[in-house]
Amino acid sequence: MSIQSITAWLDERLALSALAKIAEKKEVPLHRHSIWYYFGGMTLFLFAVQVVTGILLLLYYRPSAENAFESVQFIVTEVQFGWLIRSIHSWSANLMILTLFIHMFSVFFLRAYYPPREITWVSGAALLIICICFGFSGYLLPWNKLAFSATKVGTEIAGVVPIVGRPILRFLRGGDEVTGATLTRFFGFHVAVLPATATVFIAIHVLLVQLHGMSVPPKLIGQPVKKMKFIPNFLLRDLIGWILAIGVLAALAALSPWELGEKADAFAPAPAGIKPEWYFLFMFETLKRIPAKVLGFDGEVLGIMTFNFVAVLLFLVPFIDRSPENRRRRLIFNIVGVVALLYMITMTVVGYLT
Amino acid sequence: MSREQIDATGNTTAAGPTRRTFLDWLVGGSALATLGAIVYPILKFMTPPRIVESTESSVVAAKIAEVPKNSGKIFKFGNKPGILVRTDAGELKAFSATCTHLDCIVQYSSEKKQIWCACHNGQYNLNGKNIGGPPPRPLEEFKVNTRGDDIVVTRT
Amino acid sequence: MKLLASGLQLNRCPAASRSMGVRFRANGFAVRCEAVALPRRYDHPIFAGYALRAGSAPSTARPKATPGAEPKTKEPRLRRGKATASHRTAKPHSNSPLVKFALAMIPLLLVSMPAIAQQKSSCIECHQRLEDPKLSAPAKLFDNDIHRARNLSCNDCHGGDPTASTKEGAKDPRKGYLGRPRTLDIPAYCGKCHSDANLMKRFNPSLRVDQEREYYTSVHGMRLKEGDQRPATCISCHSVHGIRAVNDPLSSVYPLNVADTCAKCHASADYMRGFNIPSDQFANFKTSVHAKALYEKQDLSAPTCNDCHGNHGAAPPGITSVANVCGQCHARQAELFQKSPHKAAFDQRELGECVTCHSNHAIAAPSDQLLGTSQGSLCINCHSPSDKGFVAAGQMRSMIDQLIASIDSSSQILTRAERAGMEVSRPKFELKGATDALTHARVLIHSSSADEVSKVVVPGLQVAEKGYQSGVGALAERTFRRKGLLVSLVFILFLAMVVYLKIRQIERKATTAST
Repeated sequence: MSIQSITAWLDERLALSALAKIAEKKEVPLHRHSIWYYFGGMTLFLFAVQVVTGILLLLYYRPSAENAFESVQFIVTEVQFGWLIRSIHSWSANLMILTLFIHMFSVFFLRAYYPPREITWVSGAALLIICICFGFSGYLLPWNKLAFSATKVGTEIAGVVPIVGRPILRFLRGGDEVTGATLTRFFGFHVAVLPATATVFIAIHVLLVQLHGMSVPPKLIGQPVKKMKFIPNFLLRDLIGWILAIGVLAALAALSPWELGEKADAFAPAPAGIKPEWYFLFMFETLKRIPAKVLGFDGEVLGIMTFNFVAVLLFLVPFIDRSPENRRRRLIFNIVGVVALLYMITMTVVGYLT
Repeated sequence: MSREQIDATGNTTAAGPTRRTFLDWLVGGSALATLGAIVYPILKFMTPPRIVESTESSVVAAKIAEVPKNSGKIFKFGNKPGILVRTDAGELKAFSATCTHLDCIVQYSSEKKQIWCACHNGQYNLNGKNIGGPPPRPLEEFKVNTRGDDIVVTRT
Repeated sequence: MKLLASGLQLNRCPAASRSMGVRFRANGFAVRCEAVALPRRYDHPIFAGYALRAGSAPSTARPKATPGAEPKTKEPRLRRGKATASHRTAKPHSNSPLVKFALAMIPLLLVSMPAIAQQKSSCIECHQRLEDPKLSAPAKLFDNDIHRARNLSCNDCHGGDPTASTKEGAKDPRKGYLGRPRTLDIPAYCGKCHSDANLMKRFNPSLRVDQEREYYTSVHGMRLKEGDQRPATCISCHSVHGIRAVNDPLSSVYPLNVADTCAKCHASADYMRGFNIPSDQFANFKTSVHAKALYEKQDLSAPTCNDCHGNHGAAPPGITSVANVCGQCHARQAELFQKSPHKAAFDQRELGECVTCHSNHAIAAPSDQLLGTSQGSLCINCHSPSDKGFVAAGQMRSMIDQLIASIDSSSQILTRAERAGMEVSRPKFELKGATDALTHARVLIHSSSADEVSKVVVPGLQVAEKGYQSGVGALAERTFRRKGLLVSLVFILFLAMVVYLKIRQIERKATTAST
């Protein structure tokens, strides 16, 4: 019973060698911007870390208002390595969203959404929304004061949207206020609904990438380009990145553990100076600065509708900039992209400084 | 398994594992070790800890024998103190032991058959109601059940 | 029914006399009057049958009340006399009872309206328009008065006729006008209603009716009886004409306002001249923990002047009863003190219990400095190094100091562990047991027994020690985690490097293969 005979046995049943042949063919273009190719895989790896640590946390977490905080406290104090698993889960969430943004912007600037990759882009945009929802729902689960206030403010903002806002708010909160019902609902989203949806979209996204192969920047389209085999060369490089990511997560967990905070109290006033997590901060800061009334419309509503509009535009990117031929459109898109990126970074920094 | 090989620098390597296989062993070995360093905490995590669940919503306050008639006992309920009282009639009652005036810990007075706070002479009756002295509100009442020998107090 | 007929027979009932009131009873269709015992109200319709004899002085009819004595049934100050009620309307004489009765209705309505429905009160109407603020104030203030809310008015205290439209008519002594009472008569003036249980129960059955009696046991009352005009009377504290209920936050006797009310006289050295008591009580009180609880924390159960000195029978507690007064709230300390050797010693030396160490008004949060044998402690004021008390004081202080030090070091190490990122909420909570023991120990010193104190200090030290060990454990766990991190990082970096070498090896092999 050697490795070879086992592989042969499996191959007869699972067509492994056919898969291996396809995998063998996958190549990664090498050019100045190849470094950005790592970020998709890194996001996927961090997602896998989330799934594993999340399942482990599920063994002890209790999703009710009376027990949630105490169960997280229990995990962090009584369960062996509970502190490690919990801090990794919280840190990895943030790192994943960071790499996701980097991946998205790099794909945008490198135009990896040109035909035939439109669906890949759309599924990626859907994954962005799903991951943001993961972050928002997961943040409430420890049921501490900070999370409670953040959820209250966040769902309040969702409720501001005209016409559908109120039903959306009630749907999210499981009622009119943030209560234990909200917690249970968010838990359901976080461990069942969102993972299922994410799996579907990740499957679409990754399979399409394999189908279409790796894209090249517009300048290099049609040109001969050095390629590197995915297996084993690029994969091993990916692996180094992932190994280092594990190291970073372990260091963050041990040196800067995620806080527990104080148990949420529905009747206490919001703690002073509450801020949402960094990936919402730029939106939060923007809304804070919009004047109360703009051209007769409520400023906050206008701000939120603008963000919603931008999100819709994001989905439509490959349908607006459709082909590599249109250099002017590409230029405009570049400018818009750079402005957006700079705006987000600036507002995030501002949010932290004030 | 030793093979003769001509590697990149043109050196022939003699018998024994070649640099390549040595590196392979190294990769495999350290990969295994790192994997072990990851799997070990995970396995430990999944092993039930000493205290199997958090004692915040329900706790064994005392054994039945420890609380005779007309007596009280302080117990720990999560992060807060609680008081377990057995009345003259034999009924078991449990309350939060934090006085509603200035947060001192109350006690049971068997002479007065009341709950009393030593700090400023606050008095509560055996329903937890504040009946004398400064306390402005009643004591929070908990549910009491017995399970075998144990008295189990649950937050309502 | 009987009230309705009163108008007809006003001042004509032969059965009426000086000390008896009248009551009108319907007998078939006839109305007869009969004598009844006098209730203590003068102008309410139930009093029908009275009129003040012109020129009589109300106060001379009062017997002088002696302190502590049971009040005699007070003689009414109104006298039966010829009435010349100007509102009496001429009525045709008729012998038919039915007609008489019917006609009785008309003046009755006219008479009873002002008293029953306070809609026309010439007193208030006139006084409101007067320019002198001293004269208009009563009318203006009266809007907020609790008596007004109970449908009582000027005439219910002062007598007179609120329906009259002239000053002479309204202030007619024959209508019961009593005028402004003398300072010495004020307690009795208010007492004519407030000491009458039968009457007060119609308004508020749970109100006490012995304020007047209590008042005359107080220093204020006793001095007033001697003729001194300066002590406080009812109106000094309760104000007059704008009297609010005690539980009204704007009342001068609402718990938060009592001290200011007392201070109006007691804080003025000028006013208190000759009484031989200090005038710094209010200033002292404001610095006390009780004042802090009352004014800053709005804890209405905290004591103010009346809680220790009494409301109406205000007097400082006697030297041997201070512990009882403080013990109303500080029961444990009082109990311990009274069982301790200090009780007898203090009483013998005429030292105020509690206040000798804690002061009476400027009661500061007690510090451990007060206890012990070092400079600045109170014990050495009486105790010398040779006596048992000195030894006990030293022992108790050192035990408490030890406990404090232990708690301090434990909470320091736990805070360190917490700042380092360790979760120590459980040990921090359990350390509170040691702080409880400290509070308990500080109470037990009132027993003056080092044994009693050690009974709580020893377990307290154990709890503090346990907390310390938890802190040590938490820091050790932190070091373990960092060491573990280092080890894992070594593994991880090693693996990354090895993979990198493998990549290089593969690619070198590929280039050699392709060349």
